Amino acid sequence: MARADRPGLMPAATDGPPTESARRAVEAVWRIESARIVGALARYTGDFALAEDAAQEAVAEALVSWSRDGAPANPVGWLLGTARRRAIDSFRRRAALDERYAAFASQLAEGEANSGAAPHGRSDDLPWDPDRIDDDTLALMFISCHPVLSPEARTALTLRAVGGLSSEEIARAFLVPVPTIQARITRAKKTIAAAGVPFELPPAEQRRERLGGVLSVLYVIFTEGSTATAGDRLLRPELAYEAIRLTRMLSALLPDEPEVFGLLALCELTAARFPARTGPDGEPVLLEDQDRRLWDRSAIRRGQAALARASALGRGLGPYGLQAAIAACHASAPSVPQTDWERIVLLYEALGRVAPSPVVDLNRAVAVAMAHGPQQALEMVDELATSGRLSGSYLLPSVRGELLTRLGRTEEARAELTLAARLCRNTRERSVLLHKAAALA
Amino acid sequence: MPRYMLILRSTDEVMAKMMETPFEEMLETMGRFNEELIKAGVLVAAEGLDDPSQGVVVDFSGETPVVTDGPYGETKELFGGFYILDVASKEEAVEWARRLPAMSGSKCEVRRVPTIDEFPQDNEWVIKERAWRERTGQV
Repeated sequence: MARADRPGLMPAATDGPPTESARRAVEAVWRIESARIVGALARYTGDFALAEDAAQEAVAEALVSWSRDGAPANPVGWLLGTARRRAIDSFRRRAALDERYAAFASQLAEGEANSGAAPHGRSDDLPWDPDRIDDDTLALMFISCHPVLSPEARTALTLRAVGGLSSEEIARAFLVPVPTIQARITRAKKTIAAAGVPFELPPAEQRRERLGGVLSVLYVIFTEGSTATAGDRLLRPELAYEAIRLTRMLSALLPDEPEVFGLLALCELTAARFPARTGPDGEPVLLEDQDRRLWDRSAIRRGQAALARASALGRGLGPYGLQAAIAACHASAPSVPQTDWERIVLLYEALGRVAPSPVVDLNRAVAVAMAHGPQQALEMVDELATSGRLSGSYLLPSVRGELLTRLGRTEEARAELTLAARLCRNTRERSVLLHKAAALA
Repeated sequence: MPRYMLILRSTDEVMAKMMETPFEEMLETMGRFNEELIKAGVLVAAEGLDDPSQGVVVDFSGETPVVTDGPYGETKELFGGFYILDVASKEEAVEWARRLPAMSGSKCEVRRVPTIDEFPQDNEWVIKERAWRERTGQV
């Protein structure tokens, strides 16, 4: 058990729950290694669920062992070695049912024997093929975002298998109990096994559509971090950051896909505004009131570069690229009135054509209000309200309330804002809406 | 998104050893590490420095600054370059630092890089620096 456990960086603790320092050390290594370890094991065995289980066992063991003995001198080697041994155990258990697993087990065990007592090189730790790491990571992203899975399962599995987050971290990020996340992941792995989904890159004819699936999972993770749907915090930057990191990973693996860069640009440009989006007490600050000096210039620069890359690929901007282009208009404007609203209206029109959605129509109405005044915008919003396509969403009454306020129709405005507050699930945003309604009294 | 700087520090001996390494080999070693950082989505910026013997040291020990050619000799420590990484935690920055293809005898210091919103926004010097960053797109 204490094979590789030489004195490490941390003071040793007695047996018990994982220490904070051990947890942080395991998390740090796992974030970097998860995709490669799970990816390599999954390719080697063709069994994604088994690979993920073995990896999780290694992490759980690390928490206990590192808490007790301190972090090992070579944490990566330790985790790789342990994951491999858990995989061997699991193959041996299955060997009775399927003789292929016996072969896997002996091949893996051989690799371990060759690696010596203190493995430092990566090549000895797994049947590691440096030329295939990229494909393994991509295949891992595709399988974690597979259409047979529910949307919730896709986000949980992507964050855990690709991002290397623990169930606890994911649960904290989505404000759900830890067992819920664990159950989602277990069910997801069973679903993949039952559907016989192979661990491989999707065939060419499905590639575009499946890539769209991966991007939408990353986008969902980002938006949950940038506008929390529930709870008392507006932003969960750590979740948004994780989405950006995963999108950067994807952009390094697929350097010729415009929408990957479009999404990357959108995330970077949106995250650039985070430092200005909440006030001292965590209350949301609207775009027009934001102190633009706080915007993260280096994130804006990265976002603009990603957008330029998306455009340069010459296949036109997709939905993410167009949203990024809109975000770029805001990012380069010194103030709300000095924003190029005409261009934003055009970009929303284009977005509405490639990705029709009532939310896009509503945003276009907001842009029209800025470019051409509230009356024209109100007509668009009323049309949208009549269509019933946004019924139940707080966004519609919230925008309508804004426009009515600007038109001086305060009684109606107040009613709309109160309705919006009732429909809004984020407590921070709700209080802003109530505040606006009260100000009209 | 916390940012950390990995500051590469070596010594005369390490620099001498490095000079013996074929340039192509060094490029490949560093290139592979950089590629890891890029693929992990954490690399923000990086620079390496030229030969320290071509440098100049300005010493403020006395009443007036004293300028001498060559490396900063007394400490036997030479600043060789830096990385700036976007990572989730200090531990993750340290984990990357451990993986540096550094030669025996060198060191890497890991330090957090504060962001502009941690400074008083109304200070005129902060305002001026921010304006320069906006104009020139600096990190």
